[in-house]
Amino acid sequence: MSQVIARADADSMPSVTTERGERAVFCGLTSIIWLHRRIQDAFFLVVGSRTCAHLLQSAAGVMIFAEPRFATAILGERDLAGMADCHEELDRVVSELLERRPDIRRLFLVGSCPSEVIKLDLANAATRLQGVHENRLRISAFSGSGIETTFTQGEDQCLASMVPDLPAAPEESQRLMVVGTIADIIEDQFRRHFAQLGITDVDFFPAARADNLPSVGPGTRVILAQPYVSDTVSALVKRGAKLISAPYPLGIEGTLAWFQAAAAEWGHSPESVQEALAIPIARAQKSLAKARESLQGRTLHFLPDSQLELPLARFLRDECGMSLIEVATPFLDQTLMAEELKRLGSEVSIVEGSDLDSALARVRASRPDLTVCGMGIANPLEAEGLRTKWSIELIFTPIQGFDQVADLAGLFARPLTRERQLEVGSWS
Amino acid sequence: MELTLWTYEGPPHVGAIRVAASMREVHLVLHAPQGDTYADLLFTMIEREGRRPPVTWTTFQARDLGSSTAEMVIETLKGACDRYQPQVLLVAESCTGELIQDQPGALAKGAGLSAPVIPIEMAAYTRKENWGASETFYQLVRGLLAGQVPKPGEERAPRSPDQAPSVNILGPTKLGFRCRDDVVEVRRLLESMGVRVNVVAPLDATPRDLLRIPEADANINLAPEVSDLTCEWLRRQFKQPTISTVPLGWGATRDFIAEVIETLGLDIDADTVGESRLPWYSRSVDSTYLTGKRVFIFADGTHALAAARMARDEMGFEVVGLGTYSRERARDVRALASEYGLEALITDDYLAVERAVTELQPELVLGTQMERHIAKRLGIPCAVISTPAHVQDYPARYSPQMGFEGSNVIFDTWVHPLIMGLEEHLLTMFRDDFEFNDDAVPSHLGGEGGGAQQTDNVTPMNPAEPGAVAWAVSAEKELRKIPFFVRGKARRNTEHFAQEQGLSVIDVETLYEAKAHFSR
Repeated sequence: MSQVIARADADSMPSVTTERGERAVFCGLTSIIWLHRRIQDAFFLVVGSRTCAHLLQSAAGVMIFAEPRFATAILGERDLAGMADCHEELDRVVSELLERRPDIRRLFLVGSCPSEVIKLDLANAATRLQGVHENRLRISAFSGSGIETTFTQGEDQCLASMVPDLPAAPEESQRLMVVGTIADIIEDQFRRHFAQLGITDVDFFPAARADNLPSVGPGTRVILAQPYVSDTVSALVKRGAKLISAPYPLGIEGTLAWFQAAAAEWGHSPESVQEALAIPIARAQKSLAKARESLQGRTLHFLPDSQLELPLARFLRDECGMSLIEVATPFLDQTLMAEELKRLGSEVSIVEGSDLDSALARVRASRPDLTVCGMGIANPLEAEGLRTKWSIELIFTPIQGFDQVADLAGLFARPLTRERQLEVGSWS
Repeated sequence: MELTLWTYEGPPHVGAIRVAASMREVHLVLHAPQGDTYADLLFTMIEREGRRPPVTWTTFQARDLGSSTAEMVIETLKGACDRYQPQVLLVAESCTGELIQDQPGALAKGAGLSAPVIPIEMAAYTRKENWGASETFYQLVRGLLAGQVPKPGEERAPRSPDQAPSVNILGPTKLGFRCRDDVVEVRRLLESMGVRVNVVAPLDATPRDLLRIPEADANINLAPEVSDLTCEWLRRQFKQPTISTVPLGWGATRDFIAEVIETLGLDIDADTVGESRLPWYSRSVDSTYLTGKRVFIFADGTHALAAARMARDEMGFEVVGLGTYSRERARDVRALASEYGLEALITDDYLAVERAVTELQPELVLGTQMERHIAKRLGIPCAVISTPAHVQDYPARYSPQMGFEGSNVIFDTWVHPLIMGLEEHLLTMFRDDFEFNDDAVPSHLGGEGGGAQQTDNVTPMNPAEPGAVAWAVSAEKELRKIPFFVRGKARRNTEHFAQEQGLSVIDVETLYEAKAHFSR
């Protein structure tokens, strides 16, 4: 694994092109779909339109197995025409909601495109409602609107809205905070790995319960499990936390470097970390071999979607032998991506933003073996004879860490395996 | 402001997309923020469309507001015209687009575009998806046919005797319930009657096809939620009669045939047209067990009305609940419900529907995918009969709902989730059989479907509640011997009975007293 450390020293960076035009992405409200499963005592009330409600149920595939912990307060003509006072209406809706769901410990008022455009001040509403419902629950606001947030950025806004509520940590204590939603099973694995390294002062943000907030202060060391949390990091840094620069825990190399970066803050050498984690690393290498066979030498194009594109591209190239044609991402934070950019190196072409029709024209011209794209585009590309991996699955599946490496590669290998296996006439 | 968990219909611009996506050579430009593009996946994922809906979105962001959104509209319109060269360009706004008041319709008219433009006003804050589809179809037809409208007093030229009588089939769209197959079935039925189908629209039509609409003798209003307005306009302007019976079910198909014969003045015997297996399947002794099965129906207006008639008259069920989320059809549904001795449930609140199902404890639920989830949770068999529907309700096989073949399909679909006659008796007789018990699902459904697993999550009465009644252990045990699919109802009835009688404990006697009381 020594090449992991060697590659981190590369100094050449990828070229970045910015594109503007039609964007085929979800808005930040979509984050609610995984956030409401992760934070089990929280409720997300979108203040928006029928479109917002329809988006949530369409993107969630309508999971009515339990009453959802999200809902939409749909603005009507009366609200817009000023015939009804939006704030009074909101108070009424919130009371109605809390009556139905007395178990809720945290309520997020979530801004949408319509509420932003009519300048409905939800932060103010949250403060007022907090006064009314005093000790019963915490109420805060964030925006998941499409005019301000793209897909995963909704989680960033949600977490950033909670940062002011985090208790202050005592000056002297050094604690690690892992930021970004990950599956429960990954959290447990990571805790075990950290314990193997002798690091037990670890918090995960967001935690499974909203009333179990980690503390923050100058002793806090922040490491990111997800790359899309720019504003949350800024807010944490303002409260004294220090960001650990690391690649993302995707793939064996990424996960190892991630643990090495975190452990360095506790005085561990990279070699000692590699040694302590030797067993899961060996297991991951063994499990990756099969998926690698399908992926080796195949070409790959990322359309912009989740902000996970760069670390995924790095993993698929470096550990699965794929060759990158284009890596597009909706938004590129150079600081949070510093380690990934270094690893990707100068031969990779990165596109920030989107112009859908020209991006699709490039895909059609280069005909990659696999295109990673949003759900709306996948079947049309398949119908043109192109294999795709729809990207929302990458958010809904546990993919981080050593023991998920094969699952992660498998998500990309499956469309290619399927193509080889099926004998039902030509794909296009 | 209205609190909503799940919605039966999307916003009106999704209706506009349905019309555009159904047609060829039409393109829609939507002035909408980033994120509204999720609507693409309704078509490409739920209906497995192999092409993106013909929609270009402006996808404006916060930084564009106040300065450049109007320019974005013009740029997007020009780009879409150049790239797609549509016969007609539709222009509309989503809810947020409507708020920023760029008036893309007016911008498009002044932009010197190569394609004719039809702007659609969406009224996003008062209207919903089906209204949006109806309005878009209407504006499109009206816009294209305005030049052909006959002058007042001008009579329709009679059909020349050497020409076959012809009709248009109006209303079927993408994301409609089984529209793909219904069009095939209805066309087949009409052709067997010697009637030519002139234009089908919106599904698979081009704007040039719409220009031929006036050539037909009549219009079939196949999906009233979408085509009512258009048919009415064509009737008034072009004196084209509307054939308004929707051929959903055996009886309705026969009525449809009669209406076609009458409207077109055909010289054929209605009884010789087509045949269905439904009447015999329903009369055969095997179906006796269907008699009086308690059915709850909730769907769009058209499918709810049709299902109620089929359920009672053609399957022999008892309709215990009937409702719709289509407010436009509320009057019709209310009228039919009262004929059935019921009060119609007119709502788009999914929780109200769930309460009704929980309260009624029907033996079969016929509904949308929402009711499928409700029924699954309550352990009640269910069949989906209407949109909104999920990917499994856009099946690979030919599976129409309309016409005689449609009634065959519906017979099978509704019977399938039920436990079959003898199986039901055996379950009742041998409750304690170790493998043939409550937790066994209908034998032909394997692991899914009938969902007997969750039968006991009917909440027992809260003992802390004032006036609550307790169940004696023996009565509780006896209750378990009642088939699970009616047990919830039995429990509720017995508790109501005990409360009425002022009893504090329910024993075995109370259980049978209540049974007698309610079976009067």
